[in-house]
Amino acid sequence: MNLGPHAPFIVAAYGIATFVIGALIAWVMLDHRAQLRALDDLELRGVTRRSDRAPEKTA
Amino acid sequence: MPIIDLANPTRFLRFAERALPWLAGLTLLAFAAGLNLTLGAPDDYQQGATVKIMFIHVPSAWLGMGIWALMTIAALGTLVWRHPLADVAAKAAAPVGAAFTLLCLVTGSLWGRPMWGAYWVWDARLTSVLVLFLMYLGVMALWRTVDDPARAGRAAAILTLVGAINLPIIKFSVDWWNTLHQPASVLRLAGPSIHPSILIPLLAMTLAFVLLFLALHLAAMRNEILRRRVRSLMMMQAQTAPGSGS
Repeated sequence: MNLGPHAPFIVAAYGIATFVIGALIAWVMLDHRAQLRALDDLELRGVTRRSDRAPEKTA
Repeated sequence: MPIIDLANPTRFLRFAERALPWLAGLTLLAFAAGLNLTLGAPDDYQQGATVKIMFIHVPSAWLGMGIWALMTIAALGTLVWRHPLADVAAKAAAPVGAAFTLLCLVTGSLWGRPMWGAYWVWDARLTSVLVLFLMYLGVMALWRTVDDPARAGRAAAILTLVGAINLPIIKFSVDWWNTLHQPASVLRLAGPSIHPSILIPLLAMTLAFVLLFLALHLAAMRNEILRRRVRSLMMMQAQTAPGSGS
């Protein structure tokens, strides 16, 4: 494919678009992992939401 | 599932987990089709191959504006209807909107240099889009400045409503002022003035960008709900800790 005399501008535009989209995808994935890890840490320390706790047995 | 059920964050999380893989797959397919059509699109008779930059520049511009419009509806949801997910939606959308607006500015600049002879001119369209980008940064900074999400949500909602004034300015800037930027050629009353051989790849790439946004937004909203759970659990832990006075 011949992009003509302005090929560097076209390639740069698509390269930057790929980088920005990649960065957005990485951001949501890493953030998701960080939030899950924080929730797991809290659960290990016994801090959970009421709805997540096992129902207590009543005598 | 009735759409009203999604107002419950737990149900929304379940919906996001189910929908995200499908949305990601659809996005990949749409990008494959869009890029394939882009590669086959002919050169413009005046702009040559640089018209290929339009296939990423225009969808980014539309998304930059569309995401702010979405945030405006969410702002009304926060201030008027007090919908529990409205400020979550607005907060999650802002960084994505900022990224697409930045992409619009950068690709426009790379298109402008060979066509206009300049990377940047203080033209009404370019300047109003730069203002939109700065507004995105402002809203994101405001979210970080105020610690309480409910208070931050209300403050950001007011700023978002004020910023919405910029949307018609961006759209009609090319009609109201003499600009170096070309007038509207797709979204106009008389119909698109672009040849279908270029219009179809543009619409295909727009669909791919919209699907990408939906996937990113859904994922970012899920992350924000989890972040708020972490925050409330940490506050609960701090309150029950020895010496906390409760």
